[in-house]
Amino acid sequence: MELVQMQKSLQDYTKSLFLDNLKVEESVLGVIQKLEFMGVLDSQFLQLQQLQDESNPHFVSQVVTLFFQDSDRILNDLSLSLDQQVVDFKKVYPHVHQLKGSSSSIGAQRVKNACVVFRSFCEQQNVEGCHRCLQQVKKEYYLVKNRLETLFKLEQQIVASGGMIPAMELGF
Amino acid sequence: MNSGSCSSLMEVGYDDHHHHHGHEELHVLAVDDNLIDRKLVEKLLKISSCKVTTAENAIRALEYLGLGDQDQHIDALTNNDLKVNLIITDYCMPGMTGFELLKKVKESSNLKEVPVVIMSSENIPTRINKCLASGAQMFMQKPLKLSDVEKLKCHLMNCRS
Repeated sequence: MELVQMQKSLQDYTKSLFLDNLKVEESVLGVIQKLEFMGVLDSQFLQLQQLQDESNPHFVSQVVTLFFQDSDRILNDLSLSLDQQVVDFKKVYPHVHQLKGSSSSIGAQRVKNACVVFRSFCEQQNVEGCHRCLQQVKKEYYLVKNRLETLFKLEQQIVASGGMIPAMELGF
Repeated sequence: MNSGSCSSLMEVGYDDHHHHHGHEELHVLAVDDNLIDRKLVEKLLKISSCKVTTAENAIRALEYLGLGDQDQHIDALTNNDLKVNLIITDYCMPGMTGFELLKKVKESSNLKEVPVVIMSSENIPTRINKCLASGAQMFMQKPLKLSDVEKLKCHLMNCRS
């Protein structure tokens, strides 16, 4: 694939991560379903990109990789905690809070919003609600993980071809 | 890299009393239990030309400041490398909260002049007011942006000169 085409693909792909899905559904939507109408990433991700330059060209992928490692661990702990006979919400809540914080910091807005819902079910000590939320958080997490890994691969291909990563132009 | 208009303030060394402040870097102690947030605040501060030390909880922060356990006392005051000009801390942390850390710093005769900034993802007015009333310099909403840190630095530089 030509360099120019790859750069265009990257730009289009990156934009798609931020744009809302504008399809309108007729049925009444629950909070969780509303997640599908927002971008996978928000402007906080752009903030991360602003911190990257020639002196630290891998900053974004480094932080995102840390996020993946940390989140994998948290999701694992959450699965274990929620599978207990008696759920200890004192254990569950801090994990959800942590995941909400880190997803927010890297701009993974759907994960963050799913955590907000999860947190209120924790506060209500609603086990079934928490189980459903964990599934939703996992779904959103794997989605953003997949999208970001693809993004980084596209960038690597461009760099490997001797090209520059095009700057993002969004009206944030 | 854009370090904002504040970097030019760093180079203006002379005030009315002819004390040369020189090219002093702000040394910031950043406290946050979240690894990703620690990385982010560290980068934001370094890009804004600050020297950064991070701590993963309030106890470690107090030890670094010389307010910890007597057995692990680090004399942060006589060693110029360790002198902290600003503490920026997350509010919600397990064990001791950022608010409790703020109070310990303000209760210390040696450290009460060090500005303390509290960060939080929650925008709760009673929490904000409580922190400001207990001597916090500023309250910042997470996630932090580059412009937040630049504003903070300008605010602090104006206070110092």
